[in-house]
Amino acid sequence: MSREHSGTVERSRLPGSTFLLGLAGVVSAFAILEAITRADLVDRTYLPPASTVLIATAQLLVDPEFLGHVASTMRAWAFGLGLAIIVAVPLGIAFGAFDRVYRASRALVELLRPIPSVALIPLAILLFGQGLQYKLSLILYASVWPILFNTIYGVHDVDPIAKDTARGFGFGPLSILRRVALPSAAPFVYTGIRVAAAVALILAISAELLAGGSQGIGTWMLLVGSGSVDRTLVYAGTVVTGLLGLAINWVLVSGERRLFAWHRARQAGS
Amino acid sequence: MTVTRAPRPDLLAVAGLCHTYGAGAVATVAIDDLDFEVGQGEFLSIVGPSGCGKTTLLRCVSGLQHPTAGTVTLHGEAISDVPEGMALVFQDYARSLFPWMSVSSNVEFPLSRLRLPRSERRERIGESLAAVRLDAAADKYPWQLSGGMQQRVAIARALAYRPEVLLMDEPFASVDAQTRADLEDLVLDVWRRFSVTILFVTHDIDESVYLSDRVLVLSRSPASVVADIPVGLPRPRDQIETKSADGFVRLRAEVARLIRPARGAETAGTSI
Repeated sequence: MSREHSGTVERSRLPGSTFLLGLAGVVSAFAILEAITRADLVDRTYLPPASTVLIATAQLLVDPEFLGHVASTMRAWAFGLGLAIIVAVPLGIAFGAFDRVYRASRALVELLRPIPSVALIPLAILLFGQGLQYKLSLILYASVWPILFNTIYGVHDVDPIAKDTARGFGFGPLSILRRVALPSAAPFVYTGIRVAAAVALILAISAELLAGGSQGIGTWMLLVGSGSVDRTLVYAGTVVTGLLGLAINWVLVSGERRLFAWHRARQAGS
Repeated sequence: MTVTRAPRPDLLAVAGLCHTYGAGAVATVAIDDLDFEVGQGEFLSIVGPSGCGKTTLLRCVSGLQHPTAGTVTLHGEAISDVPEGMALVFQDYARSLFPWMSVSSNVEFPLSRLRLPRSERRERIGESLAAVRLDAAADKYPWQLSGGMQQRVAIARALAYRPEVLLMDEPFASVDAQTRADLEDLVLDVWRRFSVTILFVTHDIDESVYLSDRVLVLSRSPASVVADIPVGLPRPRDQIETKSADGFVRLRAEVARLIRPARGAETAGTSI
């Protein structure tokens, strides 16, 4: 009777070969780019050779001035995302747990949700100028939605048998919310936060690009981009941004695996 | 119809119970005027065709659902909400156990409301897990266990709550035949050791006769009591001995015959 679930292991994929294939893809793309530019098929001021960009990227990663800009963007990102969590999680719980609250606020939510966050940039500039507040307001707005909707979904769709189990043992509605609905919704909330983290980074850099300010990756790109004809640094900055997004996602995905192994195992089982 | 009074004082009584889902033209009558009593310490099985309203009945008895009419009384007091002293074991153990909690935390879950001292909680968890022979799995998670083991965790959780009445809703319908036989004997064992009253809903005729003191046969939907059959088979029961005894074979045939005509009538009814 002691048949064990293979749990968190994904059966159909071999992790080793996936990694090698991915590496092969990156190396090939790099080689093609390098060949195109070295053969002077395109103007080097538009597309510098891949190796040049790579070297510039490495230099940027130890450049204190650039790192200061990165830190500024990341501060706005972290604050904005943190605020979004503080706002969206309780709201999502209220909407998900109390149907009346949800129905009452639904019209407003459906009206606000389709507004692209970038379309709010002019309004945000008018309201907050070009400082941190302006960046934060945009990041907050954009990251609230994925967290809010995942939380509503997670709390609303708790298994009725799980709730009946708790009710059968005499637990009241608030205890059931705390002891059953919230833990069971937690993986969905987390997924919302993971999606929001990516959105927040996009918004942070877009906001910096569109309204300058004095600090941030976007601001830095505007500066180095307008200062010279050489685009190498802009490309290198773009690569760093990509790496940043990758790193954030990697950290959050590994957190998800550790925290919610039970959720993955269950989804694999059903 | 055989109406036999239990030899023990009544613990639980169901009187004039009706339940209708929806209203008006779309109303579906799930239960139609059910009356029965369960004696203290009795093992009562409720058997009926699939979808006849057995689950609705159990939900009404447990207080999870308010019946449209009629009463359920425990110790002579009408149940209006989930009463103390009742525990439920659902068919779908995978959805009833909390996957984010270890086996021992799942068993501890109902105790957390009772504000018991830590030592007593520990003791009850140990005792319940030992009763279902899962001491070794205390630190595992439900989803790391087989189906039969998961249902044993659910039984241990119910036992830790020390209920007077254990309500079981087709608890073994989703495990294989061998596991099912093992679980049946396990339930008989804990029933005897914990001297709990068990209300066991099933659609399996053999299971109902094998386990019970009395079998309540329900009709096809809407559910009403077709017969109340005392099972006089000696205890302890044995999967092979009991199931090959003449008395067992006679009883299962009797229950089967009672369920069959109900099925025939339903077919006749739909063909009109």
